[in-house]
Amino acid sequence: MDNGLTRALRGLGQRVTSRIWRLGYASRFFLAIMLHSGTSLRRVYLTIREIYFTGVLSLIIILVSGLFVGMVLGLQGYDTLARYGSTEALGVLVALSLVRELGPVVAALLFASRAGSAITAEIGMMKATEQLSAMEMMAVDPIARVVAPRFWGGVISMPLLAALFSATGVFGGYLIGVQLIGVDEGSFWSQMQASVDFRQDVLNGVIKSFVFGIIVSWVAVFEGYDAVPTAEGVSGATTRTVVTSSLAILAADFILTAFMFTGT
Amino acid sequence: MSQESLVEIRNLNFTYDSRPVLTGINMTIPRGKVVAVMGISGCGKTTTLRLIGGQLKPTSGEVRVGGQVVHELDSDGLYALRRRMGMLFQFGALFTDMSVYDNIAFQMREHTDLPETMIRDLVLMKLHAVGLRGAHDLMPTELSGGMARRVALARAIALDPMLIMYDEPFAGLDPISLSIVGELIRKLTDALGASSIVVTHDVQESLRIVDYVYFVSEGKIVAEGTAEEMKRSTVPYVHQFIWGEADGPVPFQYPARPYGEELMERAARRG
Repeated sequence: MDNGLTRALRGLGQRVTSRIWRLGYASRFFLAIMLHSGTSLRRVYLTIREIYFTGVLSLIIILVSGLFVGMVLGLQGYDTLARYGSTEALGVLVALSLVRELGPVVAALLFASRAGSAITAEIGMMKATEQLSAMEMMAVDPIARVVAPRFWGGVISMPLLAALFSATGVFGGYLIGVQLIGVDEGSFWSQMQASVDFRQDVLNGVIKSFVFGIIVSWVAVFEGYDAVPTAEGVSGATTRTVVTSSLAILAADFILTAFMFTGT
Repeated sequence: MSQESLVEIRNLNFTYDSRPVLTGINMTIPRGKVVAVMGISGCGKTTTLRLIGGQLKPTSGEVRVGGQVVHELDSDGLYALRRRMGMLFQFGALFTDMSVYDNIAFQMREHTDLPETMIRDLVLMKLHAVGLRGAHDLMPTELSGGMARRVALARAIALDPMLIMYDEPFAGLDPISLSIVGELIRKLTDALGASSIVVTHDVQESLRIVDYVYFVSEGKIVAEGTAEEMKRSTVPYVHQFIWGEADGPVPFQYPARPYGEELMERAARRG
């Protein structure tokens, strides 16, 4: 009998079950956040404070990245469109790529590494220094007081950041395409206006970024709350937040795109 | 339950991952008294506090606080009970994103509708009691270890609790801060008419201030009595603990296989 083989199989099985168990735990945690969200809605300033920390403080990286992504789109798009002699469609190309895909996805990835990791580290450290435990002993539920406001802060910030990302991106594309290369300004804007549909393109982009906001915030607060309360544990949890939420964003993007943008 | 005792622990057992942590614990914490639970690190002292506070559920037996069985309360009942408890954590556990002032105002803002002017008066009063009224603007990171402990103490008594629990209140303090904290525990308990449970391994300071002592070893109570009785105790464990002897019933060596066997095994593996 091959002892190594059975051991390997057993190890694999255990990994799978522990992953599934953790997913179940995370789902119950999500439910608990929903049940204890009353506080974050009734005492809005708690949530606003978190919107400031996750949203407002992420503005710089989001705006700068948006501008550069838009400028790159301007360069690449012009180069490609010039081969087909349709450079006046540059505005459409830039706007659609940003609003449908790059805005929600890239902004969410940046948000996960900028704000998601910070949320995980903060909650993890609060756990490691017994602050969460102390709060429980003061008859204040940490999920209602600490976790839920951070979750909602992230969920509200994400679509706004994605919208700003797309807006600065379009502006970046305009700078490169119209101001630098010399595409006709009128057709740049008018074609964009004519071809970008509010419901089909803009609204679907907003829905995407809303879903990504839930994913990133959920992963971030869960990893922080579930972190092993040591320096090592918190650092591991922070890494897992970025990795897990980035992969989840890309997977969810594929699924959402498959539903939203086929057959049109 | 007698009117005098605030906390009653009866036949309490607690196992963690099928490892017994506490076995057959019986304790009584009378009203208005300071009771110490002593023992070496990892003997189950902190677990006892968590069971009293309802953060853990006993495997069998029960903890009664003010006549209520803690583990039978629903979450509303438990939270109502916790409002009348204060707890000082080992390293203070102050909220690092709030100032000293906001830390102490935290429970008042969460649990009461007091106007901010009233909260201000109460906060300053609590801080004055621990001698740190001048520090109300500081952030927890700007405090020394002893000051942080005193602020945490002020926070623990913010809502005038009937029961105050201290988890290693003396750990890592300089001698001056140590006796300040000791004095405060005694004074505040008496002033509030509360009961205090001090979990500690600091012998000298705690024997000076407490009314009654329980000695815990390997999850069991091995001795109990007043501070004087404990100093005279002939129980080997208590003697070793109070006089700080390196070897005794608590062995110097962590349990291991015979030394010779382990050495020989390595030699054999090396060939």
